Amino acid sequence: MWQKLKSKITGMTIVMWTIGIVTLALVVYGSAVTLISGKYTLKQWIDFLIFGLAQGGIYALIALGYTQVYGVLKMINFAHSEVFMSGPMIGYFVATDLYHFNYIDTHPYLSILIVLIVAMFVSMSVAVILERIAYRPLRNAPRLVPLITAIGASFFLQYFFKGLFGSNIKVYPDWKVFLGKWVVFGQPILKIQIIVFFAAVLLMAGLFSFMQRTKTGKAIRAVSEDKDAAALMGIDVDSTISFSFALGGMMAGAGGVFYALMYKQVFFLMGFVPGIKAFTAAVLGGIGNVPGAMLGGLFLGLFEAIGPNLFLDGLGIPSPYQLKDVIAFSVLVLVLIFRPTGILGERLAKRA
Amino acid sequence: MNGKDKGKVLEIENLNVYYGAIQALHGISFYVNKGEIVTLIGANGAGKTTTLRTVSGLQRPRPGVVRFLGADITHVKPHQIVKEGIVHVPEGRRIFSALTVKENLEMGAFIRTDKRSIQESMEQVFDHFPRLKERLHQLGGTLSGGEQQMLAIGRALMSKPKLLLLDEPSMGLAPILVEEIFKILQNINAQGVSVLLVEQNALMALSIADRGYVLETGFINIQGPAKELLTNPRVKAAYLGGS
Repeated sequence: MWQKLKSKITGMTIVMWTIGIVTLALVVYGSAVTLISGKYTLKQWIDFLIFGLAQGGIYALIALGYTQVYGVLKMINFAHSEVFMSGPMIGYFVATDLYHFNYIDTHPYLSILIVLIVAMFVSMSVAVILERIAYRPLRNAPRLVPLITAIGASFFLQYFFKGLFGSNIKVYPDWKVFLGKWVVFGQPILKIQIIVFFAAVLLMAGLFSFMQRTKTGKAIRAVSEDKDAAALMGIDVDSTISFSFALGGMMAGAGGVFYALMYKQVFFLMGFVPGIKAFTAAVLGGIGNVPGAMLGGLFLGLFEAIGPNLFLDGLGIPSPYQLKDVIAFSVLVLVLIFRPTGILGERLAKRA
Repeated sequence: MNGKDKGKVLEIENLNVYYGAIQALHGISFYVNKGEIVTLIGANGAGKTTTLRTVSGLQRPRPGVVRFLGADITHVKPHQIVKEGIVHVPEGRRIFSALTVKENLEMGAFIRTDKRSIQESMEQVFDHFPRLKERLHQLGGTLSGGEQQMLAIGRALMSKPKLLLLDEPSMGLAPILVEEIFKILQNINAQGVSVLLVEQNALMALSIADRGYVLETGFINIQGPAKELLTNPRVKAAYLGGS
């Protein structure tokens, strides 16, 4: 019995478990010290939490695009960051026009709806065109080829937008109705963060029920599983793939507007970091899995918002918030080591 | 010629198919008459699956012609061929394991829009396979092998096909299940669906078929009424395990 166990333990597992245990110990120790020191008040923790939820909602919306595309094509669409950027970028021009006509102040809800629809439409179109031009001709190429194409397309789109609209940071106009705070259970909470979180959840619920209930949603799931069998059922595989790019694009476009409302700015490189984070979120939840992407996004957002202060502050690291990206990507590395399938995931290696 | 063609559902002429440089089919020709069960038998790698894949548009012949009810469908896309009335139950069942039984059946009816008649077809499928009704909300992947085969056939029937292509429905199933499934195939055929059946289990296939073709490394070498093939000494020796 003991011999059997011993033969299973290799050098690699020892290294892995050491990494795991050390990480866990640091996290527990850091959190304990932070909490005991009482450096942050409850109110601050709640602020972190709400911010994390809002940020996580945005990550989740972007992550859905990665997961949808991975589902049907088994490729990572690295140009999805730019799909995310393109919507709010064009939305910016609509928003400033609306602002100049004083429409945002007189009809705030209608005008945010217009900006949202424009941004979703633009992101959707970019995603669909991207698939048609850059990925479809490579459908039967080796796996590395579309991956490199995706990176190329990402640069192309970044500098295309830079060329069109310049490299300056564009400031989104304010929606006065979203400024300020609400008091919930005696806690003042930023309106915009709550709105973003619930809007994101609403969109995700919509997408989820679309995938479960409609014929097209079921067809996307069928194509994700087996393209040939789907074709034999009369499902047009090409248009189904286009459709899943469209859905992913719409979600990213909406996420982009929420991002622009929270951070009040857009520019041509804005997609890069949120894109990579959302990819992390998709892997965290289990790539190819729609509820996984939602869960992974929210989880990563929370982790990033609470983690630095909770884990790192207690370890005596100065200005821990600067290290939030380190936390995000450490999560990616740890997930890949200990649970490559993600929280709810289908097996990455299955078709690789 | 035209008068003769009227009786044919499917007509294959001089079909040549390549995988890269390897030729899988060498100019085979055969046909299926309306209401018939025709079987293609042969060993592993003889080209049986390739033949079916070419009929359903997943594989392109060069050259070769596939005619369905007199119309050339050689270059029609797979999902449009289903609309023409041909449905292919692929080898290894290939049901959607992450979809429920009901969703699998709905996908089978993808090309149809009339909800009421889809519901009727679903009832018909349950008449053939009552077990699918019991498993309606289970995921396809949780079914047993036999149930998966039933689902694969039921799913195909949901498109209201005129011609059913079946690739190795007996594969991996217990003999008693094979008999059950073949009996159901005969019932389906009796309702007016023509069947092209590919099988390694030659005895079972020939026992329900009207005619048969023996495929050997891409050539059709023997053909004839199923009864004759059952007594043909070469077929007996090579495929029926008899002496």
